[in-house]
Amino acid sequence: MIELLPDEMARVSLDGVVMNASVALVEDVAIGDYVVLHVGFALAKIAEDEALRTLALLREAALLGAGA
Amino acid sequence: MNKSEPLGRKLDLRSGRVDLSHGSGGRAMARLVADVFHKAFDNEFLRAGNDQSVFDIGGGRMVMTTDGYVVSPLFFPGGDIGDLAVNGTINDIAMAGAKPLYMSASFILEEGFPLADLARIAQSMGDASRAANVPIITGDTKVVEHGKADGVFISTACVGVVPPGLYLSGDQARPGDVILLSGSIGDHGVAVMSKRENLSFETQVLSDTAALHDLVAVMVEAAGASIRLMRDPTRGGLAATLNEIAHQSRVGIRIDEASILVRPQVAAACELLGLDPLFVANEGKLVVFVAPEAADKLLAAMRAHPLGGDAARIGAVIEDDHCFVQMTTAFGGGRIVDWLSGEQLPRIC
Amino acid sequence: MKHVDEYRDGNLARGIARRIAVEARTERSYRFMEFCGGHTHAISRYGVEDLLPANIRMIHGPGCPVCVLPMGRVDDAIALAKRPEVTLCVYGDLMRVPGSNGSSLLKAKAAGADIRMVYSTLDAIKIAENEPARQLVFFAIGFETTTPPTAMAVRLAQKKRLTNFSIFCNHVLTPSAIQKILQAGDPDAVEIDGFIGPAHVSTIIGTTPYQRFATEFHKPVVVAGFEPLDVAQAILMLVRQVNEGRAEIENQYIRAVSAEGNRKAQAEIADIFELRESFEWRGLGEIPRSALRLREPYAQFDAERRFAIVTRPARDNPACECGAILRGSKRPQQCKLFGGACTPETPMGACMVSSEGSCAAYWAYGRFRDRETASRKAVVS
Repeated sequence: MIELLPDEMARVSLDGVVMNASVALVEDVAIGDYVVLHVGFALAKIAEDEALRTLALLREAALLGAGA
Repeated sequence: MNKSEPLGRKLDLRSGRVDLSHGSGGRAMARLVADVFHKAFDNEFLRAGNDQSVFDIGGGRMVMTTDGYVVSPLFFPGGDIGDLAVNGTINDIAMAGAKPLYMSASFILEEGFPLADLARIAQSMGDASRAANVPIITGDTKVVEHGKADGVFISTACVGVVPPGLYLSGDQARPGDVILLSGSIGDHGVAVMSKRENLSFETQVLSDTAALHDLVAVMVEAAGASIRLMRDPTRGGLAATLNEIAHQSRVGIRIDEASILVRPQVAAACELLGLDPLFVANEGKLVVFVAPEAADKLLAAMRAHPLGGDAARIGAVIEDDHCFVQMTTAFGGGRIVDWLSGEQLPRIC
Repeated sequence: MKHVDEYRDGNLARGIARRIAVEARTERSYRFMEFCGGHTHAISRYGVEDLLPANIRMIHGPGCPVCVLPMGRVDDAIALAKRPEVTLCVYGDLMRVPGSNGSSLLKAKAAGADIRMVYSTLDAIKIAENEPARQLVFFAIGFETTTPPTAMAVRLAQKKRLTNFSIFCNHVLTPSAIQKILQAGDPDAVEIDGFIGPAHVSTIIGTTPYQRFATEFHKPVVVAGFEPLDVAQAILMLVRQVNEGRAEIENQYIRAVSAEGNRKAQAEIADIFELRESFEWRGLGEIPRSALRLREPYAQFDAERRFAIVTRPARDNPACECGAILRGSKRPQQCKLFGGACTPETPMGACMVSSEGSCAAYWAYGRFRDRETASRKAVVS
């Protein structure tokens, strides 16, 4: 999310590529949030803490794998 | 009518439009050709004012190519249909290892097309032609009714000369050959798509349109005898080019995804639209197949040239009756890279 | 963090692959179905199957909305587009889906029908606003991910009082399809040990709807994100469940999916749509209460009512194995048409058209694999 616009729209950016998307389906989005985008609509916010937990689990599994 | 203005009133290049009289062969057409094309392309050949131009050919084998340009939109970040036409045509000659010499350009104009846009396109062409040192020495102009052309279509041809001893061709690849790519892929396609109405996204990606003959000259100098073939991956992207060559040479190809450079914004745009950069057009890049013993030397020579700074080794040729192009993904798995089917349509789920 | 590259890390992938190989018991085989087309595409594009040991087989499920769209509905869309007053807006994948007699939207467009590709339903609304003389029909397809965007378009059309906007509704439901596969009674059907639950669909419906597959059918479901590492981790979680005899709903995509899902989206869907008594799915036949249509208060936006559409069931090519492939009981290479009459250039069935279809994915990414691994992998049937 880089900018909120009127009519439940927003400007979203990925690596500098900017698009307009609707945020009508998500609640409480703020600038800086990451969202899952599909056919021009934000469907869900990505929870940073959960994302970090997933990555930690992935790394742990990978390390165990490396030791096996 | 003024005696000193035999061609009639000057064109209103700011707000005037192409009309059917500009294609009828009369005074209006002469005015258009003089004020727009001759002015932008100016050279001794055009000044002679004939329907054809005469030049000497030195010894050696001649190369000739022809191309058509129908890109939409006409103006896009990093270029327009004009410099695309000049650079693209020059590149076809360059891919034979040849030096491009002279070009022709013929225009099909749509009635109602703004003269200001036409002048801008002609200026782009003139600039690109001068930068490449390949003059546009002959041309043609036609006008069709409104709705029968997308603004302007440009058709080109170019002639050049191949140095002796050089036989580059798509059927020359052999197992063991190394494949080098001159730079990042996907830039042109993304730049053009970003301007298409029904896919509005903003990006700083610029088309990579460039004339490659100078880079090619450096490459031929460094490793000419070991180069099997060169090709520029335009429509259909790198995937199409590699598949074409695999089939022409009856070989297989193995490439490594991690070695193929895709700029972050290009990757992001492709991500958002559900496109694969391997299938996206490029206009200033080339792939070269070279005998393995000369690969390092050739790569160094490419990297030393401004248009080859990001050159990299991306794979090699193998034996394969199926002529598959196989790729090791950055994830570590394998897949084949086939031709694109139909037009690349943004995915949905 | 960009939430993209991290989940494609080759080093982590190799680690997870080794972990899976260690934990997968060698004396048995594992057959997992990834339901969602996006997962099929990710698995193929990144070559995830190469990282799996020989006794784990991925079966591609029918979660590709283009693939399960019956030919009769494609014919209806083509007929609509041929009406001179209609502008038909479609998502890109639909252009080349075969209708009856070798027709398609792409061919209809070439013959002059006003068919326009859009990226979003919002684009369709814009066109309706800008061209009031045209009857704009949006060809709505998709599972629960794509239904809310259609719902929002209907809302917008209502708000803007558009009289020239309608949708041709073909939205379908994921749990109904999974249930059909489990109940199929197909003599060729492969026993499925577990499911990888769809990523985006689950952001909308949550994980609760899958509970009955665990309790009634004793099948584990792991909802996974659609990056290759997500899929790999989900496979590891499924292997563990199978080994431990568990059948639970687990959520790997915790960064975007919750148990209850997106309440706001669900509320919009419930207000605007209702269940059809039954709907024909390509390859799966008639499934009760598996698809949606507009509710009466929104009838004016229903193209089926506005244009009095009566769908005629259309027969697929008898040799086309899309049905069996969608159910997971046959593989693309077992279809007689595959690679001959049916190629991406000349698709006979929907599995070849959509880039998420099994046949297209196999053609584009996997044909070389069988040659190399035929000797390595045992045939898992």
